Amino acid sequence: MTYRFAVNGEEVSLEVPGMRRLLDALREDLGLTGTKEGCGEGECGACSVLVDGEVVDSCLVPVSQVEGTSVMTVEGLAPAGGMDGLQQAFLERGGAQCGICTPGMLMAARAYIDSGGAPVDEDIREAIAGNLCRCTGYTKIIEAIAVAARGSADAR
Amino acid sequence: MPAEPPIESPSDLGQAYSLLASGDGWRPIAGGTDLMVQITGELSPPPDRVLDLWRLDELRGISLDGDVLVLGALTTYTDIRLSDLCREHLPALVEAAATIGAAQIQNRGTIGGNIVNASPAGDTLPVLLATDAEIVLGSATGERTVPAADFWIGYRQTARRPDELVVRVRIPVPGGRQVRFRKVGTRRAQAISKVVMALSWRPDAGVWRDVRVALGSIAATPVRAPETERVLEGAAPRSETADHAAVTIAGEISPIDDVRSTADYRRVVTARILHRLLREAGGW
Repeated sequence: MTYRFAVNGEEVSLEVPGMRRLLDALREDLGLTGTKEGCGEGECGACSVLVDGEVVDSCLVPVSQVEGTSVMTVEGLAPAGGMDGLQQAFLERGGAQCGICTPGMLMAARAYIDSGGAPVDEDIREAIAGNLCRCTGYTKIIEAIAVAARGSADAR
Repeated sequence: MPAEPPIESPSDLGQAYSLLASGDGWRPIAGGTDLMVQITGELSPPPDRVLDLWRLDELRGISLDGDVLVLGALTTYTDIRLSDLCREHLPALVEAAATIGAAQIQNRGTIGGNIVNASPAGDTLPVLLATDAEIVLGSATGERTVPAADFWIGYRQTARRPDELVVRVRIPVPGGRQVRFRKVGTRRAQAISKVVMALSWRPDAGVWRDVRVALGSIAATPVRAPETERVLEGAAPRSETADHAAVTIAGEISPIDDVRSTADYRRVVTARILHRLLREAGGW
């Protein structure tokens, strides 16, 4: 089967089995290795991407279910070579250590901010509850998301 | 790489029923949060053939039919959380949906999937038992309705025939009835229940009628606790009643030790949850 969908704004057409995990299609077929595989069973959120603006674990989504949708990965957050406000905030606040959770964390945060999420600690914690980080203790990640959410609210 | 069995993605329900009726072992997939974990083959054999339901928009949507809340099988936990109808008529279901996984799972996982996956730890299932919900099954030969109480017939076994799909769930939401939900897991998000409980009753002149106590993660299926229900039926939520009900439920259930918890812990916590829900309801 041929599956057509958009990835980071560009139309793609993939000739792959429909049960291929979106995660594998992104990494192996499209070479977008920013999306990481952690647990492979929906526990850790490392493979989080957006499908039509909603955050999902790409290890749990078969390609057949993204036909006709718009997928955004960490590579799509900012133009080549640049950073968006959220990435800048992670950099400035020290929101990343080893980095494996970071792409997924950024995508969950992006979904939160895009849906109008406020710079409120408790709400941010819930928004990233599906993303495990074993280094930072979360505090700096939450601060970074609050900074970006504040910036986004100011921009609106 | 995980297994990549053949998949069909019909765009109408009739096509889906035809495939299921072929007897070729098509395994339905909704949001994938349970089934996609199985394609690695580490937990159980991967399915031979997969029937993708995701494009069947006729299985989506939440509506009110008289005093019955009707949820299409593909209604996600996020849909439930955002639904004004659910919030107004069955906030306990909204609470249950909010405890399942986190945003990533809630955006894909569906109520129909929770019902058919038939995990004893399925968090919406005690709510369906406590509210006398009905599960509507469809096939090429028509629809039939099975009460939730008769749906989970053994460990991960249901009343669904292989040629049928769960198409919707009908939940009576009579005015005046109260429903409470409580889940205990290791953490607030991404945790599978150690114990999950739904309690419902109809207040009647200071006493409780039509009491339902439903539990998950303490037996091979979601279950009701009939002895405990009898203790509460016609009683008032006072502290002596709560003490009696807590002792009764601790004696009534037979939980097991497993990776998530122990039988002893589950028994104690089940009794405490019930006691606390009764205390909150009684306002003492």
